[in-house]
Amino acid sequence: MKNKLPLTIKETQDGLIKKEFSAVELVDSYLGQIKRYNEEYNIFLTICEDEAYKKAKELDKSGAYATPLAGVVTSYKDIFLTKGVRTTAGSKVLESYIPPYSATSVSRIENAGAIPIGKLNCDAWAHGSSGENSDFGSTKNPWNKEYVPGGSSSGSGAALAANMSLITTGTDTCGSIRLPANYCFSVAIKPTYGAVSRYGVIAMASSLDTVGPIGRTVEDVETVFNVIKGEDGFDGTVTNEERKVKSEKLKIGIPKEFFTGGIDPEVEKTITLAIEVLKNEGVEFKEVTLPSTKYAIDVYYVIQPAEVSSNLGRFDGIRYGNGRDAFGDEAKRRIMLGTYVLSAGYYDAYYLKAMKVRSKIISEVDKVFDEVDALIAPVAPTPPFKLGDKVSDPLTMYLTDVYAATANLCGIPSLALPSGFSKLGLPLGFQLMGPRFSENNLFELGKTCHRAMSYEPKVAF
Amino acid sequence: MAKLSKADVEHVAGLAKLDLTETEINKFLPQLSQILEHVGELGKVDTTDLAPTSQTTGLTNVFREDEVKPSSIDLDGALSGTDNTFNGYFKVEAILTERTDK
Repeated sequence: MKNKLPLTIKETQDGLIKKEFSAVELVDSYLGQIKRYNEEYNIFLTICEDEAYKKAKELDKSGAYATPLAGVVTSYKDIFLTKGVRTTAGSKVLESYIPPYSATSVSRIENAGAIPIGKLNCDAWAHGSSGENSDFGSTKNPWNKEYVPGGSSSGSGAALAANMSLITTGTDTCGSIRLPANYCFSVAIKPTYGAVSRYGVIAMASSLDTVGPIGRTVEDVETVFNVIKGEDGFDGTVTNEERKVKSEKLKIGIPKEFFTGGIDPEVEKTITLAIEVLKNEGVEFKEVTLPSTKYAIDVYYVIQPAEVSSNLGRFDGIRYGNGRDAFGDEAKRRIMLGTYVLSAGYYDAYYLKAMKVRSKIISEVDKVFDEVDALIAPVAPTPPFKLGDKVSDPLTMYLTDVYAATANLCGIPSLALPSGFSKLGLPLGFQLMGPRFSENNLFELGKTCHRAMSYEPKVAF
Repeated sequence: MAKLSKADVEHVAGLAKLDLTETEINKFLPQLSQILEHVGELGKVDTTDLAPTSQTTGLTNVFREDEVKPSSIDLDGALSGTDNTFNGYFKVEAILTERTDK
């Protein structure tokens, strides 16, 4: 390919229609990028060269560019089942597992014309905030390889920054889509719980798990979200509900609890600037209070391990995969923590208590959404941290997600937006949360914000 | 809250079918204690009159017609994850032993 790789769906499809490049040439370029850099950054666990070329040749022959994701080179977090293509969940338990069927989101993305190119590294079983819990080694941040790309969808963020895919998929149980997007200068939506089917996605914590896309623009993320959302008959929590986009003046709440204590000054500054930009666009801001959200991470670290211990109970090495001795340290810790909080004598004090505090947080958040249309908050307290910095201290690692937990506990959507770079040249951004099924409002706000800041998609190399 | 003991870790590992080495137990014990102490903060929150939340969809009983639909996997697909099969079934270790009182 003579030109540089296109960075958005529109550029890709315009180029294909105008014959500036073919789909096969696109695949050549992405594979070239993967072959050049993957060994160093450890982003892909499996590369699907044959599948990618087959789909690209079909597209070049048919010229069927009218589908929403025609020609869009895509890779999936390795927790999405892909029929006939190894799926590991980042764990040695599934190191040679070949699924007999594909996740709903994978089938929908491919039916919409996308070209699958491979499977992305992640923290094993999606347990982690840095990618360092992968049993296949850490992924490095393309913006600076001494830093983490964020987790657990570590490869999904890094593949975009390293220009190895046009879009990627992730799962978010407590920030695992938003954090890698934030640490890799990408846009991502953690959808409303029940907006996108989890069928064929390896379960982590079933009352919190969500499936969503990562891309480089709000428009691209919205396009993929519209492809994957909605009932499929295989996940009983999914409904086709949607909120109408509000046309009158939008009001955003600034929850003061998210801006106290350990927040890094550069993270705070990027949000202050975003608030100024949105104010100039006519968006109104209001300070709000969510006093119980300070307990969100504690609630999360009771409910999530409890559900993890149950979901990972099915891995017995009998029907597929290796035995339970193949679990890594983090999975073992969470299984034990969950088993403990559910065990006789501790259920009421930990699990039942956490479920009640969850209700308290939800009622506060619901009440605030009577006054405002969205909430602005950091994704994480700091910019990307160095590989190895938190790895020996699980509790410190868990606290990375202190601002992420609220959206999952409440089942509300959250849009992660990139907004700049730190003095060290590392990505900065923020999140916009909204009421259940208000994704369209968040997308409109995100577009307004990026237009007003003259945001442009960027890759590290 | 009660302090986590080594016996607790061994008990929980047994419940979860995890075979832990002595080294692992010594590593996990302080880490789990520290996490439990942190989440123990929840004990301070007043939750009188609050019902527990187990899911956020607001949905109850999602039904569909009781009819056969095309399955996403067939028998061969379901068995494809292991070589340990017999006559279309998974082969597992015996869980019952011969009666000794006969």
